[in-house]
Amino acid sequence: MLNIIWAAMLVASFVYSFFAGTAAEVGASVFESCTNCVSFILKTGSFMVMWSGFMRVAEESRLTDKIASLMSPVIGFVFKGVNRGSQEAKLISSNLSANMLGLSNAATPLGIAAMKKLSEKSRNNVATNNMCMLAVVNCASLQLVPSTLIALRSQAGSASPADITVPIWIASAITVVFAVVLTKIVEGRDRIG
Amino acid sequence: MADIGSFVVPAMILGIMIHALCHRVDVYSAFTSGLKDGVQSVFAIFPALFALFIAIGALRASGLVELVVAWISPLADFVHFPSELVPFALLRPVSGSGSLAFASDIFATYGPDSFAGRAVSVMMGSTETTFYTTAVYFAATGTKDIRHTLKCALIADCVSMAVSVAVCRFYY
Repeated sequence: MLNIIWAAMLVASFVYSFFAGTAAEVGASVFESCTNCVSFILKTGSFMVMWSGFMRVAEESRLTDKIASLMSPVIGFVFKGVNRGSQEAKLISSNLSANMLGLSNAATPLGIAAMKKLSEKSRNNVATNNMCMLAVVNCASLQLVPSTLIALRSQAGSASPADITVPIWIASAITVVFAVVLTKIVEGRDRIG
Repeated sequence: MADIGSFVVPAMILGIMIHALCHRVDVYSAFTSGLKDGVQSVFAIFPALFALFIAIGALRASGLVELVVAWISPLADFVHFPSELVPFALLRPVSGSGSLAFASDIFATYGPDSFAGRAVSVMMGSTETTFYTTAVYFAATGTKDIRHTLKCALIADCVSMAVSVAVCRFYY
């Protein structure tokens, strides 16, 4: 998919620039983009590296497990038939807590493990309600510290790069609640077979 | 209230350190091994990011972004959505690197502390790369029929974009 989108963006820009008389600007932009990307990697990327260091400390001190256990009462409510203390519940809450801390390297394998566990109840490769719910909840990002964005904003010269944190919490919380309610309304009964 | 965010990063670091020290974690080696992972993941996104920086830079320089924005603005104005953020919103569920490059482009064009800059930050922070995420999870289980997943996730994305703009209007 990105293959087509990327090619279309490039080709359309070049073709359009000939008609709009901006061919020189587009030519110059290519070189500029290269240095922009490298400076992005150096400045924003270095912050991402540091953050991933602290997140590993959080992981090894089992802080993620603590957040996960705080979340477990909600899990049973959102995922029907997933009992507290079951392996599914543990995997789902670890996946969500890793997401909240922005540990995407840890969150994806946990999410996949949770998905596989949930898929044991599915028939004929049809997703169960709980599988759909897990995917939807993972698509609605909930992040405590938007570290990459803060770094990107500070690199762009923001006076207060972190002042987007509270609005992000509010927007994410509303979105997650909406996504869960919507999925519950739409899902209907599990199709078996 | 706008300043709570500024305390989040230092407070998190302090909290993590104290918690880890109380649990007798070897913080130094944990930190350095985390750095190693971080370097790897930054390098992992580098090629995609590079490709999309070039594409979005060209798109902006050619004037095509402005054309699309001007074209879409009557509709965007009608729903009170900032038209300069429509191209970003369209790319967001498809490409994580692309939306990061686009956010960077919007910061360069309008400034990170402008309304557009803040709104794009909140949008970026409250949504995910929906297509990629669903593809990864369902490919792992070999699921063929994902039923209502994509529909719900994409509607949630639209709501998230609208809520982000509304929250920014209300908050700043």
